[in-house]
Amino acid sequence: MNVPPNLKYTDSHEWIRKEADGTLTIGITDHAQEALGDLVFIELPAVGRTVKAGEAVAVVESVKAASDVYAPLAGVVSAANTEVTDAPEKVNADAYGHWLYKLKPANAADADKLLDAAAYSKTIAAE
Amino acid sequence: MLRQTPLNAAHRAAGAKMVDFGGWEMPVSYGSQIEEHHAVRRDAGMFDVSHMLAVDLAGDGARAFLRYALANNVDKLSVTGKALYSCLLRPDGGILDDLIAYFLREDAFRIVVNAATAEKDVAWFNALIAERGPGIALTPRRDLAMLAVQGPNARTKVWAALPGSREASEPLKPFMAAQFGDYFIARTGYTGEDGFELTLPAERSVALWNELSAVGVRPCGLGARDTLRLEAGMNLYGQDMTEAENPLESGLAWTVDLASARDFVGKEALARASIARQQVGLVQQGGGGVLRSHQRVLTAGGSGEITSGTFSPTLAGSIALARVPVGVTPGDTVTVEVRDKRLEARVVKPPFVRQGKVLV
Repeated sequence: MNVPPNLKYTDSHEWIRKEADGTLTIGITDHAQEALGDLVFIELPAVGRTVKAGEAVAVVESVKAASDVYAPLAGVVSAANTEVTDAPEKVNADAYGHWLYKLKPANAADADKLLDAAAYSKTIAAE
Repeated sequence: MLRQTPLNAAHRAAGAKMVDFGGWEMPVSYGSQIEEHHAVRRDAGMFDVSHMLAVDLAGDGARAFLRYALANNVDKLSVTGKALYSCLLRPDGGILDDLIAYFLREDAFRIVVNAATAEKDVAWFNALIAERGPGIALTPRRDLAMLAVQGPNARTKVWAALPGSREASEPLKPFMAAQFGDYFIARTGYTGEDGFELTLPAERSVALWNELSAVGVRPCGLGARDTLRLEAGMNLYGQDMTEAENPLESGLAWTVDLASARDFVGKEALARASIARQQVGLVQQGGGGVLRSHQRVLTAGGSGEITSGTFSPTLAGSIALARVPVGVTPGDTVTVEVRDKRLEARVVKPPFVRQGKVLV
């Protein structure tokens, strides 16, 4: 399974990239897209929405099932990627190349507490 | 421990993702289930349906027994090889299962039942035979495998994969079957496309699978099977109907004949029943999510529930089967509760798609 070493992860299968300005770019992992199957609908949070850590903020639906996407940390949504709402299948084709939304975290240092690639690999191996 | 069909290793070799389906380990897809769906609508796909059970009924009173045991009338079967879709009902009209009955000979019928209900059905038939069918022998055929080959090019590809089969199966009209050596070839299916369902000795199933694959028939999993049958407006037992519902509220009134003098299990209850709910099709309008089973449907005449919902690859939108109050009619607009939203859907009469064509 593809788990890039330079990203952070959650046990609910989001990937997080910390940008230079402290913003977090968030998507779903390759493991998540694989488990869901063909994606057909993605709903993203409104820009400017304040979210709590662990709050369900987006929905990804495959032919088979609907699944929530959670906020890894508390913060404010700063961008939503309409490219994936227009063409959800792009997330199947390249889960790490297509982010869902960006978050300005309330406390940027909290991002360091998220899972690293090795810990996330262990999580999915245990499933 | 999940049960496995004779094709289990072949599925794994083809890269299948395996899931638990009614106690059986079955392929859900081999990659993209949408591509598998399109393969069946446009060319040819194959499904391992060996988890379903063929049950042979033999004996002098077989027809008279089935005339009473099944909700549909086996007297519609007058030509050898003809197939009949029917519900199996409880005395109170609840649906125990849906099945296909094939007329083999005057004293021999084959019934194909669902996997998850197979043991229950066999016990039910045995009890009914003890009561009403002296001398009838019931034989569950777990020695047989079943492959469904479906799509506009399915028959041609079966003929290419199975030398000699064309002569035996080309004359078959829809819902007819013929024996070809060890192969029972039926022009039936669960996709809304042309094709065959092949029943054969389990030990030959891997060879046939490989032959079909070699002539370009695409392996398809339960995921595509579900979107295909839903587009075709066909019920899934356990979801669109259960023992808690009768055929009249499940879109299956056409399979039940209450007018004739024939008595059958469940008839009296159905004749007395006051029907307040009906099955309709829904086509979601304007995006916003995918219709799923158990979502609430709000109509002018009260609320109902989606029994099966999915994304339809052919319509590129969401469709569903729903049970709603009587009075809701095709053309109406209803509201479906999807998470925290209310989405609009248009009421239609299923099927949604047949033979590759959109009908709604």
